Amino acid sequence: MQYEAVIGLEIHAQLLTDTKIFCGCSTRFGSDPNTQICPVCTGMPGVLPVMNRKAVEYVVRTGLALHCDISSYSRFARKNYFYPDLPKGYQISQFELPLCEHGFVDITVEGNSKRVALTRIHLEEDAGKNIHEGGGHDSAVDLNRAGVPLMEIVTEPDIRSAAEAAAFMKKLRAIVRYIGVCDGNMEQGSLRCDANVSIRPSGQEAYGVKTEIKNMNSFRYVEKALDYEIKRQIRSLQDGERIIQETRLWNTEKGVTESMRSKEEAHDYRYFPDPDLMPIEFEKSLIDRIQSELVELPDEKHRRFVDEHGISDEDAGLLVAERETAEWFEVAVKAGGDPKNICNWIKGDFAKLLNDNNTQINESLVTPQMLVAMLSLVEKGTISGRIAKTVFEEMYRTGKTADEVVEEKGLVQISDASGIETIIDEILNNSTGEVARFREGETKLMGFFVGQVMKATKGKANPKIVNELLRKKLN
Amino acid sequence: MELYRLSIEEARLALDSGEARPSEIVQSLFERIDSVEEKINSYVTLTKEAAFADALQAEAAIRSGRKNALTGIPLAIKDNICTEGIKTTCSSEMLAHFIAPYESTVTAKLKMQGYTLMGKTNLDEFAMGSSTENSAFGATNNPWDTTRVPGGSSGGAAAAVAADECIAALGSDTGGSIRQPAAFCGVVGLKPTYGRVSRYGLVAFASSFDQIGPITKTVRDSAILLNVIGGHDTADSTSAPVELPDFTSLLEKDIKGMKVGIPKEYFIEGVDKEVEQSVRKGIQTLESLGAIPVEISLPHTEYAVAAYYILATSEASSNLARYDGVRYGLRVQGDDLTDMYMRTREEGFGAEVKRRIILGTYALSSGYYDAYYRKAQQVRTLVKEDFERAFEQVDVIATPTAPTPAFKAGEKTEDPLQMYLTDIFTISVNLAGVPAISVPCGFTSDNLPIGLQIMGKHFDEASILRIAHAYEQATEWHKRKPAL
Repeated sequence: MQYEAVIGLEIHAQLLTDTKIFCGCSTRFGSDPNTQICPVCTGMPGVLPVMNRKAVEYVVRTGLALHCDISSYSRFARKNYFYPDLPKGYQISQFELPLCEHGFVDITVEGNSKRVALTRIHLEEDAGKNIHEGGGHDSAVDLNRAGVPLMEIVTEPDIRSAAEAAAFMKKLRAIVRYIGVCDGNMEQGSLRCDANVSIRPSGQEAYGVKTEIKNMNSFRYVEKALDYEIKRQIRSLQDGERIIQETRLWNTEKGVTESMRSKEEAHDYRYFPDPDLMPIEFEKSLIDRIQSELVELPDEKHRRFVDEHGISDEDAGLLVAERETAEWFEVAVKAGGDPKNICNWIKGDFAKLLNDNNTQINESLVTPQMLVAMLSLVEKGTISGRIAKTVFEEMYRTGKTADEVVEEKGLVQISDASGIETIIDEILNNSTGEVARFREGETKLMGFFVGQVMKATKGKANPKIVNELLRKKLN
Repeated sequence: MELYRLSIEEARLALDSGEARPSEIVQSLFERIDSVEEKINSYVTLTKEAAFADALQAEAAIRSGRKNALTGIPLAIKDNICTEGIKTTCSSEMLAHFIAPYESTVTAKLKMQGYTLMGKTNLDEFAMGSSTENSAFGATNNPWDTTRVPGGSSGGAAAAVAADECIAALGSDTGGSIRQPAAFCGVVGLKPTYGRVSRYGLVAFASSFDQIGPITKTVRDSAILLNVIGGHDTADSTSAPVELPDFTSLLEKDIKGMKVGIPKEYFIEGVDKEVEQSVRKGIQTLESLGAIPVEISLPHTEYAVAAYYILATSEASSNLARYDGVRYGLRVQGDDLTDMYMRTREEGFGAEVKRRIILGTYALSSGYYDAYYRKAQQVRTLVKEDFERAFEQVDVIATPTAPTPAFKAGEKTEDPLQMYLTDIFTISVNLAGVPAISVPCGFTSDNLPIGLQIMGKHFDEASILRIAHAYEQATEWHKRKPAL
């Protein structure tokens, strides 16, 4: 039997506000435990929350970027449960009347476009962290993270494969980073993803029993974990077993999902409106303002790069994946470079160097203007395309301009035909065998001859002239 | 006159004229406490040393002419209002040793005005009760008859004011916790409009009802304190950004022509005869002063107590979840985390607190939410609308504060429902969020005080203070003192 997977995602994104959602404490990551806390975020008796307006604005911004309806009236609720990292014994979240509803994200997997609908986006507070160290009986609690603003994005069960889930997460990450509301760091946990997964026979309308998968802290693991879980469920059904509704954790080392609890605890969170916070009522003018301040999003940029700059669909996808890359590209194009050429550099040599050095494009010593200047040296024939690779590497390493590198290293292209001719003659005289084989039809030896000339000139010979002269002399 | 008997107004005059020094007033009060506190048990904590230190500072301030409204005025604070560096116990084992690391907004404002803290007063644990018998530190007794309760939950504060153990006090009122003990103890108690006074630093019982207010010897003193503690606070999202008038300057305005609503639902069977007589006489006095009584109806009154006990306990069940033994307060070790939670809450909370947590947890449970919490919210809206309609006709509403005078200690402790019904006339005000004041309006044949409650429109404390002040000026009830 053919099975189809049905996946819905629940994403938690930490918002990039300087201060926590209900108090003035810093949200900085990685400080010593319990150094960013106050009476409010530690849940002292008598304290009250005061809403961080920026956090609300960030969620609205996200809602607009994800094509949601923004609620004109929204309210906060208490989600009641006991856990040591939850200082008040309840989390302030949203239940009825979230800030945003009914959005969507468009994704592309293997050339196929697809729209994933969003159920809602709401704002809530993060909890602290339990720390189990030293192997003893005791646990400790770090409340630095308690009260960091968290945005929860819930999708409809529209996703049908692990690859689609990964594509969704990548797209979402790009968008939240574009609009500056979340740094999208899955490893550090500022972007977290849980998935509800079930399978059903292809063509069947009714959903199967779902499991909830947690602890997938990278795109790769999202894909791997969901792939594993789908296969596991299919195998179970084929073996005549039942799928149990449960929470399963992705085990990175073993590459499997594992049941988190032996018996499923039925939680009753006893949601009710938080009496300490007033409902949020939006003026349309505020939503309009946030809309007008919204930056160009990846999809729009993508379309524009294709339409305006003649970039291929696939390349445009690469360029817009990171806002920094797209912006770098655009500055370079504005500086007068050929868009396709710039794109080739960004996805080729430049990408490799950045990747090898684990550097972001906007942190590179090479500015868009420097790349464009180098490309114009190639265009003018001052350096060859091959030498350009060497020059670029040097620019990348030292931050020097192409002109400086070319001058220092004497890399100016030899375009003097008579000089090149002398070298060619010498090479042909020393390679009589190859010459004979070429003339008998082994034309791929052309590469050998070009290579010899380049070797002799340390790559500085103008390849166009070399090719022309070789062809003339060999035919 | 003994200095401990002074009102805020009188103390201010005495201090400013040089007739009395702050330390003399503090000294007089602590002597009074020494002689009567054993019988009353108003205080959980006395801050004697700090009070004398404050008094010295106040003296210096007065000498150099840098005095403020409350410079040198010793006040008591209900022990569910956080005071930095001083224990805030909520009369609970759970917080028996808890010292808040921050100052509540109201006490910060009192400090700005130079007040002297006498100590923290007893209450029903976490303000849950109507008799101040649910205290981990012993019950408070009524100064008029120490075999009777002082009311609650601000019973310690009301008793301290009535017994002259402080000049005035702050209490908190969730369902009547300022007004009912004020009535039982023969003093003035004001519950301001919800949102008038910041709740930041008030240990939450039921957040959408809780409000801090003054308990004083005179109406003017309540106006003086409301002037200080009122106003918008950015630390409390539910505090209203509305103008704060000078309430003392509005006291003397004539009450001629003011319409006083008399709701028939508050003069029903079960109301003590002497209470009803005194209140009706009080209304006649108002009439003689030019006010016009108007028969009105608040038709949803009979549902108020039920709605209140669902909503308040629901909020409480969540508000009290933070007392889990993890970060502060009592922790009783257990075999594992759940065991630690259970033992801590088992030992830390008293019976009434547990009862309310269980009630509230039940009301919020999935499957019951619509039948209880949501339905109660709808009733709350109806009660609010009752008041809105009534206030289209009248300026204020006059009722008994409580259906009976102070009852005997132990009389209702075994019957929670009877205890809840003692709030029957105060609770609607909290549901609607409107302000109300209780002023002494007579005594029973047993010499027990009776309270007249005057309710007002949202943020119109000025009117209820004014009419209460006019009444007080025309009567002598507030001048009577318990024989201790």
